[in-house]
Amino acid sequence: MNFRNVGIVYRKELTEWLRDRRTLISTVLVPLLAFPILMVGMISLTSVMIGKAEKEIPKVMVLGGEDSPQILQKLREVDKLEIVPASDDYKKRISEKEIRAAVDIPKGFDSALSRGEEQTVKIYFYEGEIKSSFGADHVEKFFKDYRDTVVASRLASRNVPASIIKPFEVKQENVAPPEKVSGAALGGILGYMVILLSMTGAIYPAIDLTAGEKERGTMETILSSPISRLDLVLGKFFLVLSASLTTAILAIFSMGTSFYVVGRSGLVSSKEGASLQLHIGLSTVLSVFLMALPLAVFFAAVLLTISLFAKSYKEAQSYLTPMTFVVVIPAVASLLPGVELTPKLALIPILSTSLVCKEIVAGTFHWNYIILILLSSSVYAAAGLFLAVKMFQRESVLFRS
Amino acid sequence: MIEARGLSKRFQDKKRGEIKAVDNVSFTCKPGQIYGLLGANGAGKTTTLRMLATILEPTDGTAIICGYDVVDDPEKVRAHVGFLSTATALYPRLTSQEMVEYFGRLNGLDEATLKKRIDEIFNRLDMNGFRDRRCDKLSTGMKQKTSIARTLVHDPPVMIFDEPTLGLDIMTARTITAFTRECRDRGKTVIFSTHIMSEVEKLCDVIGIIQSGKLLAEGTLARLRDEHHEQDLEEIFVKVVGPLHSSSEA
Repeated sequence: MNFRNVGIVYRKELTEWLRDRRTLISTVLVPLLAFPILMVGMISLTSVMIGKAEKEIPKVMVLGGEDSPQILQKLREVDKLEIVPASDDYKKRISEKEIRAAVDIPKGFDSALSRGEEQTVKIYFYEGEIKSSFGADHVEKFFKDYRDTVVASRLASRNVPASIIKPFEVKQENVAPPEKVSGAALGGILGYMVILLSMTGAIYPAIDLTAGEKERGTMETILSSPISRLDLVLGKFFLVLSASLTTAILAIFSMGTSFYVVGRSGLVSSKEGASLQLHIGLSTVLSVFLMALPLAVFFAAVLLTISLFAKSYKEAQSYLTPMTFVVVIPAVASLLPGVELTPKLALIPILSTSLVCKEIVAGTFHWNYIILILLSSSVYAAAGLFLAVKMFQRESVLFRS
Repeated sequence: MIEARGLSKRFQDKKRGEIKAVDNVSFTCKPGQIYGLLGANGAGKTTTLRMLATILEPTDGTAIICGYDVVDDPEKVRAHVGFLSTATALYPRLTSQEMVEYFGRLNGLDEATLKKRIDEIFNRLDMNGFRDRRCDKLSTGMKQKTSIARTLVHDPPVMIFDEPTLGLDIMTARTITAFTRECRDRGKTVIFSTHIMSEVEKLCDVIGIIQSGKLLAEGTLARLRDEHHEQDLEEIFVKVVGPLHSSSEA
């Protein structure tokens, strides 16, 4: 291996890479813009929608209750509900969003209530339709509150203390530090994003530097120079790795900024905002990067190997598209609740890195796992690089026709 | 100096099984001479020249170029060879000068020598007008000149040209033939493959006729004319490859 030659190849590939407009789009623009657009867009949209739904006074149809003026009167007094007259097509009108919900008051509700008989109030709504759910919630809350006052007055009239039906309180309290709370929400995403983007950022240059070179007819030119194939593949490999890491770094930067801006903007209500606040320090981000580095090496090497096999750009793309799924599946699996690190899982590439990143962001450092995963992913990375070098020495691959 | 010693290359083909692309080919090219490798498409010219340029490794036999063995010392061989073919394209996003610089550096030239060499070549080939133009914006003629400059930057003693005029217009093709002659006049060893008879007649000092991977005839044009009792090279070529060619087709 000759470092000077590797450097010459790297510098030349870098020059060409920076002059390619497609590079700018795939490596710089996409990661930088995807997050702000995606997150600010999504979050503001949902919060605007939720806000609108919350502000709206839902139209609720009351079915029956003609013989129960008392409950009808109380329903009409609720500010947050607009009562509309009954009609038989209430189900249709809910589906068509003319009204948000309907409530069915059983016959003789008032009198049955005074006699202490059991009865059921039915609320109709359209599940999955947020405004309908809000309407139904308002109605349900009204009836529950009303029921509570009835219970309280009944207890009072019998001289029974209220504690008889609520002998003790149950309360949950959080002991996790704040970063752990945001970590649980964000940890998975951060690791996942670094992994996914270090892969997508490598795809385009990997193709361009191998199959692209074959397609443009420069492969034979470069092979006729005195550089060894090892130096050539290493120069190319370092460029692909740089592209991969650049994309990941830009994405993290962009994601952090978007979270910060959204968290500060007040677009989301305080409760959601708290979980969106990034309590991720620089050291955490660096640790995640360190964990993902062998994986990025692995991706760069494997993508180079596969796309070198292809004869053309198009062929390489059709090989690499399924690769995206191969990466996404274990990465997504790590986000599933209940998937935790075990010694066996620590040996599975991608999944293990994603899991350990989740832990690191959440503020937990399992050193034995961290070392195990760094070792295992480094072994995969070395194997990938070895494969790429071997592939570059095969005539049948370089001159495949 | 090029000495091919029993060069052979076999490929595995899924449909046709083993193919002998080049079969036990031996010849010698001397400095200050142009050796013309004449053959039809698929005769084995490209494979032979690729083995000499160490882009492919021989299955059997070897070749010695400037004292280095293509099998044992491929990197040394490449440092002494300038290789030009229709398949050796330029990097589209590099400028003409950057392209030549890249190959100069890969050949181990230091920056001072590189600059001197590039100025000299760019002046000689009248390339200063498009020095900083990207290769994808060059005309065919400019591209050819850049390719020539690329093969010359390390001043190699051996030049290997694989059908360098294929698909070029007359004027551009003439630049190449003139350049080939110039290489010979500077005392370089030149091997040149083509299927165009007139090019061989005009350029080559020694002619080798190759068919189905075998070197069937070799000699100066005068000697080939003598041996085959024909004046026209095309007639000589048909006489040499004819019987074997038709039998292999049958």
